[in-house]
Amino acid sequence: MSMLVSTTVNGDSMEFVCDASETLLDSLRDRMGMTGVKEGCGTGDCGACSIMLDGALVCSCLVLGAEAEGREIETVEGMSDGSKLHPLQQKFLEHAALQCGICTPGFLIAAKALLEKNPDPTETEIRYALAGNLCRCTGYDKIVRAVQDAAKVMNKKGKKA
Amino acid sequence: MNDDPAYTGQTFKSVGTRPLRPDGVDKVTGRARYGADFTMPGQLAGLVLRSPHAHATIKKIDISKAEALPGVKAVVTSQDLPDVTGGDRELLPILENCMARKKAFYDGHAVAAVAAIDMPTAKAALKLIEVEYKVLKHVTDVDKAVEPKAPVLHKDCFTRGVDPKPEKPSNVAKVSTFGHGDVDAGFEQADVIIERNFRTEQTHQGYIEPHACVASISPDGSGDLWVCTQGHFVFRQQCAQLLGMDVSKLRVTSSEIGGGFGGKTHLWLEPVAMALSRKANRPVKLVMTREEVFRASGPTSATSIDMKIGVTNDGRIVAGDATLRYSSGPWAGSWAMLGAMTAFACYDMENVKTTGMEVLVNRPKTTAYRAPSAPMAAFAVESVLDELAKRIGMDAVEMRIKNAAKEGTQASYGPVYGPIGIGPSLDAAKNHPHMKAKLGKNQGRGMACGFWFNFGGQSCTNLNISMDGSVTLTVGTIDVGGARASLSLCVAEELGIPYEQVKTVIGDTGTLGYNEMTDGSRGTFASSMSAIMSARKAIDEMRHRAAKMWEISPDDVIWEDGHARAAGDTNLPPLSIADIAAAAEKSGGPIAGHTQLVADGAGVSFATHICDVEVDPETGSTRVVRYTVIQDAGKAVHPTYVEGQFQGGAAQGIGWALNEEYVYGEDGRLQNPGFLDYRIPVCSDLPMIDTQILEIPNPNHPYGIRGVGETSIVPPLAAIGNAVSNATGVRMTHVPMSPPRILDALDEASA
Amino acid sequence: MQYIAPEKISDAVEALSQAKGSVHLLAGGSDLLVRMKGGFIEPDVVVDVKRIKSMGKIKKAGGGFSVGGAVSCAEMGDNDALKKAWPGVVEAAQLIGSDQIQGRCTVVGNMCNASPAADSVPALIAADAQAVIQGPKGERRISVAKFAKGPGQTSLKAKELVEAVELPKRPAKSGDAYLRFIPRTEMDIAVVSAAVSLTLGAKGVVREARVALGAVAPTAKLVPAAAKALIGSKLDDAALEKLAAACAAACAPIDDKRGTIKFRTRVASVLGRRAALIAYERAGGKL
Ligand SMILES: Cc1cc2nc3c(=O)[nH]c(=O)nc-3n(C[C@H](O)[C@H](O)[C@H](O)COP(=O)(O)OP(=O)(O)OC[C@H]3O[C@@H](n4cnc5c(N)ncnc54)[C@H](O)[C@@H]3O)c2cc1C
Ligand code: FES
Ligand code: FES
Repeated sequence: MSMLVSTTVNGDSMEFVCDASETLLDSLRDRMGMTGVKEGCGTGDCGACSIMLDGALVCSCLVLGAEAEGREIETVEGMSDGSKLHPLQQKFLEHAALQCGICTPGFLIAAKALLEKNPDPTETEIRYALAGNLCRCTGYDKIVRAVQDAAKVMNKKGKKA
Repeated sequence: MNDDPAYTGQTFKSVGTRPLRPDGVDKVTGRARYGADFTMPGQLAGLVLRSPHAHATIKKIDISKAEALPGVKAVVTSQDLPDVTGGDRELLPILENCMARKKAFYDGHAVAAVAAIDMPTAKAALKLIEVEYKVLKHVTDVDKAVEPKAPVLHKDCFTRGVDPKPEKPSNVAKVSTFGHGDVDAGFEQADVIIERNFRTEQTHQGYIEPHACVASISPDGSGDLWVCTQGHFVFRQQCAQLLGMDVSKLRVTSSEIGGGFGGKTHLWLEPVAMALSRKANRPVKLVMTREEVFRASGPTSATSIDMKIGVTNDGRIVAGDATLRYSSGPWAGSWAMLGAMTAFACYDMENVKTTGMEVLVNRPKTTAYRAPSAPMAAFAVESVLDELAKRIGMDAVEMRIKNAAKEGTQASYGPVYGPIGIGPSLDAAKNHPHMKAKLGKNQGRGMACGFWFNFGGQSCTNLNISMDGSVTLTVGTIDVGGARASLSLCVAEELGIPYEQVKTVIGDTGTLGYNEMTDGSRGTFASSMSAIMSARKAIDEMRHRAAKMWEISPDDVIWEDGHARAAGDTNLPPLSIADIAAAAEKSGGPIAGHTQLVADGAGVSFATHICDVEVDPETGSTRVVRYTVIQDAGKAVHPTYVEGQFQGGAAQGIGWALNEEYVYGEDGRLQNPGFLDYRIPVCSDLPMIDTQILEIPNPNHPYGIRGVGETSIVPPLAAIGNAVSNATGVRMTHVPMSPPRILDALDEASA
Repeated sequence: MQYIAPEKISDAVEALSQAKGSVHLLAGGSDLLVRMKGGFIEPDVVVDVKRIKSMGKIKKAGGGFSVGGAVSCAEMGDNDALKKAWPGVVEAAQLIGSDQIQGRCTVVGNMCNASPAADSVPALIAADAQAVIQGPKGERRISVAKFAKGPGQTSLKAKELVEAVELPKRPAKSGDAYLRFIPRTEMDIAVVSAAVSLTLGAKGVVREARVALGAVAPTAKLVPAAAKALIGSKLDDAALEKLAAACAAACAPIDDKRGTIKFRTRVASVLGRRAALIAYERAGGKL
């Protein structure tokens, strides 16, 4: 059965029609053009499809498109402030925390969720918080360092404000 | 123009710095387009039907019901991919792997495919295809496959490489031997000999992006293919040949690639997508699910290796003899051969012999995985060496230093080495603070060495100077993780301009001549050589243009710091690239440099790894607590990305060593085709991975560059095995060293 | 497929009663959508419980807690009172999947999925939790220990749903703990697991105990003999050894891709012992 769904993506109201069994990942990618949200597994194991759904970090491959009705979604496409990159995006670039980059959107969203909850995480906390995001290229070293560095920058900014 | 690729020992301004990569912003904002992110107008959704049987004759396929379903635009089987290869031994298996012909050879082997207006329709159609199988006996284990009673996969497979030709067919497709000296005489001199069998299980490259492509074949015989690949020129060549098209009429555009590690050097879906598109006369998109990736794409070999090494009491290796059985899936490959070539490559040995056997099994076709075949062989060699060192009471590093190959050594696989990095990497390991750090309870330290050949090969690049003096470099090798930054650095260096003024892009197959794939760690080595030559040609051109502008002889124009200067005492102010480019219309048109070459002399690569593990003696669980990679890079063009390669390879090796493996049931079906049960390392499994880059210039490259991508996956299996042995006192001979295997080994030792 | 998201329990029960074909409840979806993706099920109707307000809360009830069927495990971890009273249950719930899975998954879903390896279930059994079930015939309660009937099978009748799980009132000097064995540090399904809940009497002597094991039988199971080994002891070596032996004896596992009989049996003892020690310390016992 097809459904008409109204939702908010990165602050913009959007409407789309999908089959009731379609995942939100497919709706985002195929109906709303948010191909920054990646599919690595479709079964919740890799985190490439990570988004924020009403403030909770989730795998969009394990959400139905229909569930998005009236909810607020944030994806990697909404992370930067205009042309100004989010500190995490900037630090991922500076630390070369991406090689192929397919995992990057998911990591950025998960890392952002972590820092919002825990602005000054230890290395171990970062590693466990990001355990749901698989990266096969980097060995995670530079990703962890980028998150640590971004946390530092964000905390400094936070203090100034 | 200087077209000599020899290393000159120049000092660098750009090369060796760490700028941001040119494709970075697109990748952190979600804008970069990967395989599945592309759509063509009128595109159909494709799906592949796969065999649930490990080995079966396909008696009949009835596609009529599927074809009749509204919305279905094409259904294809092997009949739609007829053999137009003329029985080509290399090509036909590729086709047969993409679409089963008379037999299905493994669980997951494609037998049919559909294209429909949307995914639900395609799914429904798949269910309507009726396949009648006759299930045959199967064999998935590499040792069982060579037993006389094993079911034989191909009745026409008579072992190649043995004399006389065997009378009966078997699953041993090929035997290759390497070595020199007299192994028996060598073992006579030995004070201690250790002989052991080692087994390693099959692993997968585990790239996070599943295979994906969009194909559009038009009735006029031309076509477009968008695909995530490590080599679009190779894909074009093979796809065109398999579908009977003119190579030049097929344009292949490579997407951004979400990891490959060798697994995307091979065709899987592409010919099927093209056959569907040809039949439906519309573009077709095919994307693998994760389950399909595991069941039907590129795993490594599973191996069984008999290793025998002898040393004298003073630590000299006097002989090494190895027989290596590598599974290669249902068709012959060269995987055991590569294992046999690399096994002893780190050492200077008088007597060495290796025999590689390619073993056919009912598993997916083996594909390259980062330094393919070397990690397993190194696991066996480096484990035995450690044990020998212990037996003769010598330090493991010292013993390796004593036997390390050096310039002039004849490699066990034949050639004589130039300047190489094994000795320096061992010296660096010996002096590394990691070696002296204290270990905690239940912890142990291990080290191991690794080797990889590195490849070069055909490359073609274009360098175009725009009217504002900025530069576009177009290359035909895929950037798997930062190569565009490195190539821009090389061009900036050669032209003498800032990195920011050079943009490197990957051209589609219509823009350049043939390029080999990004494999064999060749991407930066070969493309940079070609890019440097292109830059030199452009400089030459600009010298001529400057000469024209100044009305002097080109011989009197020199190139310095990104400027043309008139030689001698003149008042002519130097001309920048921008100055020359701005006047190009009047001096002869656009300025460009084009190069085609075969990059020879990709310097071999060596690494030494050190690792500390902690083993829980009650559960057998092993954690890596510290890890150090030391490797020769020749010249690290962009050191951050070189470190990234070292770290990524080490992490993959750690996963292989501890938890990754294909688990097949009695029924020959893969039991763990997903990331939950095929356990690649997660972030919390690993420590930081320290790196030390050595730079022993490759004499065959203008900047001394060697490939760096692969060697780092070679030592970890053995380094971890040695560390576990030092932590627990038991020698692990079966990879992965999963908790149950470690507990069993501990039990055996205490019994 | 039809998707329904009722806002009241009664509407959900009504929807279950009306639905034709295969009906599935949807909580966090971390099992359901995986099974849909794999083609193992093709629901005709999916009833999403997450918009039912009463199911989205953690309530204090009867001195204990009631955790609604739509409460995500992440929300359980954010509830300090719950964490303080039942640290073992919360840590078990928080071992499920990743942070992403945590944002969605529920202990009710975990229980209803009825995997023998479900992480929260042994901890709920050790805690003597009750499931609150709603159906066309009204409400009923059943002990979590009796809820699962076999792999993938529960004692839910047609048209019933689980509204919440209830955790009993906690006496002073109580503690619980849950441990599982996985080959990695995260993102794995338990190969074997153990939960221990205990209450101390005078002088640190264990007065009451419940021990449960996961992934060693078709369902997670209570092991009374293991509890008995602890009662009356201060977790001395002899008691722990008895506990370990009781855990091993209770195991009736299978060999599968995730573990062997031998390994599971052996590690069940190890985890039982380790969990008991943690629970004991949490209860205020000194070793
Ligand atoms: C990547 C990944 C990792 C995982 N790791 C773990 C792990 O470490 N440990 C673990 O135990 N599990 C794990 N799981 C499995 C799963 O996350 C858990 O079982 C989870 O608790 C299920 O909860 P849910 O709310 O998502 O359930 P759902 O998927 O919504 O539902 C599960 C089942 O229960 C039924 N159901 C849901 N709500 C109700 C209700 N109120 N009444 C009756 N029936 C209901 C559904 O119809 C379905 O059959 C993992 C899953 C994934 C995808
Ligand atoms: S695609 Fe959703 S977790 Fe992998
Ligand atoms: S950068 Fe390739 S998977 Fe993470």
